[in-house]
Amino acid sequence: MTTEILQSKIKTNHLDFYYGKFHALKNVNLDIPASKVTAFIGPSGCGKSTLLRTFNRMYELYPKQRVEGKILLDGKDIHDKGQDINLLRAKVGMVFQKPTPFPMSIYDNIAFGVKLYESLSKRDMEERVEWALKKAALWSEVKDKLNQSGSSLSGGQQQRLCIARCVAVKPNVLLLDEPCSALDPISTARVEELIHELKKDYTIVIVTHNMQQAARVSDYTAYMYLGELIEFNNTNDIFIKPSDKRTEDYITGRIS
Amino acid sequence: MSSHHSNMANAGGASALPAKSLFDRQTNTKGSTLSSPQKPKQNMGALLDKLFKGTTMFFASFVLLLLVGIIITLFIGSLPAFKAFGLPFFSSAEWNPVTEEFGALVPIYGTIVTSIIAMCIAVPLSFGIALFITEIAPVWLKRPIGVAVELLAGIPSIIYGMWGLFVFAPIFAEYVQPWMNDNLGELPFLGLLFQGPPMGIGMLTAGFILAIMVIPFTASVMRDVFEVVPPMLKESAYSLGSTKWEVVWNVVLPYTKTGVIGGIMLGLGRALGETMAVTFVIGNSHEIFASLMMPGNTISSAIANEFAESVGELYTSSLTALGLTLFIITFIVLALSKLLLLRLTKQEGKQS
Amino acid sequence: MMEFNNTRYKKRKLFNQLAMLLSMATVVIALFFLSWILFTLFSNGFEYLTTSVFTESSPPPGGTGGLSNAIFGSLLMVFFATLIGTPIGILAGTYLAEYGKSGWLAPTTRFINDILLSAPSIVIGLFVYEIAVHQVGHFSGWAGSIALSLIVIPVVVRTTENMMLLVPNALREAAAALGAPYWKVTTIVVYRSAKAGILTGLLLGVARISGETAPLLFTALNNQFWNTDMAKPMASLAVVIYQFALSPYDDWQNLAWAGALIITLFVLGLNILARTVFRQEQVQR
Repeated sequence: MTTEILQSKIKTNHLDFYYGKFHALKNVNLDIPASKVTAFIGPSGCGKSTLLRTFNRMYELYPKQRVEGKILLDGKDIHDKGQDINLLRAKVGMVFQKPTPFPMSIYDNIAFGVKLYESLSKRDMEERVEWALKKAALWSEVKDKLNQSGSSLSGGQQQRLCIARCVAVKPNVLLLDEPCSALDPISTARVEELIHELKKDYTIVIVTHNMQQAARVSDYTAYMYLGELIEFNNTNDIFIKPSDKRTEDYITGRIS
Repeated sequence: MSSHHSNMANAGGASALPAKSLFDRQTNTKGSTLSSPQKPKQNMGALLDKLFKGTTMFFASFVLLLLVGIIITLFIGSLPAFKAFGLPFFSSAEWNPVTEEFGALVPIYGTIVTSIIAMCIAVPLSFGIALFITEIAPVWLKRPIGVAVELLAGIPSIIYGMWGLFVFAPIFAEYVQPWMNDNLGELPFLGLLFQGPPMGIGMLTAGFILAIMVIPFTASVMRDVFEVVPPMLKESAYSLGSTKWEVVWNVVLPYTKTGVIGGIMLGLGRALGETMAVTFVIGNSHEIFASLMMPGNTISSAIANEFAESVGELYTSSLTALGLTLFIITFIVLALSKLLLLRLTKQEGKQS
Repeated sequence: MMEFNNTRYKKRKLFNQLAMLLSMATVVIALFFLSWILFTLFSNGFEYLTTSVFTESSPPPGGTGGLSNAIFGSLLMVFFATLIGTPIGILAGTYLAEYGKSGWLAPTTRFINDILLSAPSIVIGLFVYEIAVHQVGHFSGWAGSIALSLIVIPVVVRTTENMMLLVPNALREAAAALGAPYWKVTTIVVYRSAKAGILTGLLLGVARISGETAPLLFTALNNQFWNTDMAKPMASLAVVIYQFALSPYDDWQNLAWAGALIITLFVLGLNILARTVFRQEQVQR
């Protein structure tokens, strides 16, 4: 077990999730440490994406989905009546499986989120866009074509654009939902490098179906199966000496 | 706003996060310099969302209200006629503006008969066209033919009327009708339909022109439903040695039958309501004849021809009553077609 | 092993070939009539299409003149109809696409909208007569515009909804994930993505109402003279063609053909424009 004293960034308390009648998450109790990378792994349908999407209340866009139990961000209940959902989402950034550039120029894509909550002068905005693109390791590739459409970039570049877009609004948590699954190996490596860089400033939670990626990129790993949190530990311990047999079965490939 | 900016710019470490203060803002009633500008903004956000949803909902209900408004308005306008004639309005063939006696039988008869003629011609032709586009045509031919069909749909109906009256009718009168008179007119029973002076205009011509107008709609719907038949289904039939026709007749049609019927009813709805093309060639007569070659009247052409000059409350009201009748008839036909098409998409959903 | 029945097979093959031939014949028939109609229209229309058609107003019977007042009236009424109908249609379509997954209002509106889409236009004309002419006491260009807008609204609603539904949910989620309120997600992200499709729908709607005659017959009525006042009866190309074509005067009938050509070219032109706009946007993506 680790001796480091960790601050809990996100904490779930007896969290249950339902898609209509289907009980998708069962009594999940989890502590996501701040300024670290936590990976959610598990076979298809185990609930890892579902769990991720509760953290920014993304499921509320859909009528038949609901949550029971508590989710705390920095100790505050994110479902509290006084909590504005859009403000919450501005602080918890999300990157999706497939790159989703908005139908606008690269510059406008980044500026979009910033404009929602801040009124910056033109110079400040340009600085912010440049800063975000540099953070996403995309600046050198696009600095001469900021006015071109976001969809004119390659897949890997588009995904980094989405990361830059997230980073530009200065959230403190980054939720990554299988961000590399639509990318080629080289772009994947780039994004993983990026995650390593970003974790200094952000708490990152990444869902991945690729165990090697989880091992490379994360400090902590949570293994999920059929909606339950089976085991949560630092990555080394999970992969080298898992405490639960089910975790071991998954990691050694007996179940997938 | 500036203090907020500098706070956001400092975002970095995990502990002294501006996020925390944003968060606290909701529960922090002490009111720091940061809380006041933010609170109204977030309330505004929720308010704007509600406003937007409310506005769109309002305009959506506008559509609903429109329908209700049409029915109510027409009903009120028809009341004088209904009060004066009662239910016999629908079975009377009288139409006399002078004595103010009106009956809906002739126009209703005309509407129904011309539409039936139109559908009898249009359905087989549409089927043939849809079949050609989906199963027979080589790939390079599919789009041009599809475009041609859509062009037919786009031509304004008044053009059909003019063409019908000035070009088609004279040729019809000179070559086709005498032939019909001689050959079909002699048949027992059916012959009555085809006897008459070759005037060119009349019920048959109107039905014919209507058919040409309906074909693009029905053909498009049929083509759309034929195209979504799963290839594997057709291949299984082919692999048993079926000919193309057999696959279409035994597999494609049964699979798409709901959609095909929906498309036919859509075309029927159009035929029933069509005004300009029919008005030019129907002849505007107020009598019912056995022969299809004689002139007649449809509800829409009667209204088009006579409404602007109708004098007297009963005259106008009778025409309005005709309009209401037409609306109700087309409403029922279109509603049925929509329900059928909805059932088809549900059925597809289950099967895929 | 089954006996291969040769005669039966031959019959089936023959029947198949017959069916295929008939199918081809139907296409030939349809194309024949399409060409015939277009040929008639173009030959007659061009014969009588002179510059005076565009510069002079409609003449009294037996006189010479043009269709300028009718063309102007049509353009004006179509313009206002589009102006009125577009926002209503787009907003209603937005409701159906974005908020239409629960409740009864959306499915009912969709159903009713599709019925109104194919409703007889003359009945719409009657309705507008009752509310905008009868009450006011006179025919007007406004009444004509209102009638046309009621025809264009269902078209816009339908295409707006369909085009917005095509925008992938992931795009909406990405915007929401940045903290954008729902109305901004819709107006900034979804509208922009669906822009081309909505525009196409609009163009097709305009094409449709440009060719309509029946709804104008007793709303805008007609006007022999040049008129810019929407509160008075207004000439429209469609109604003038109707009146002139059915008249016994040669001059009037010639003008009717010229007018018919103009209307058809306008409508077909809009159709082609709509198609190319849509395809261009698709390519850009």
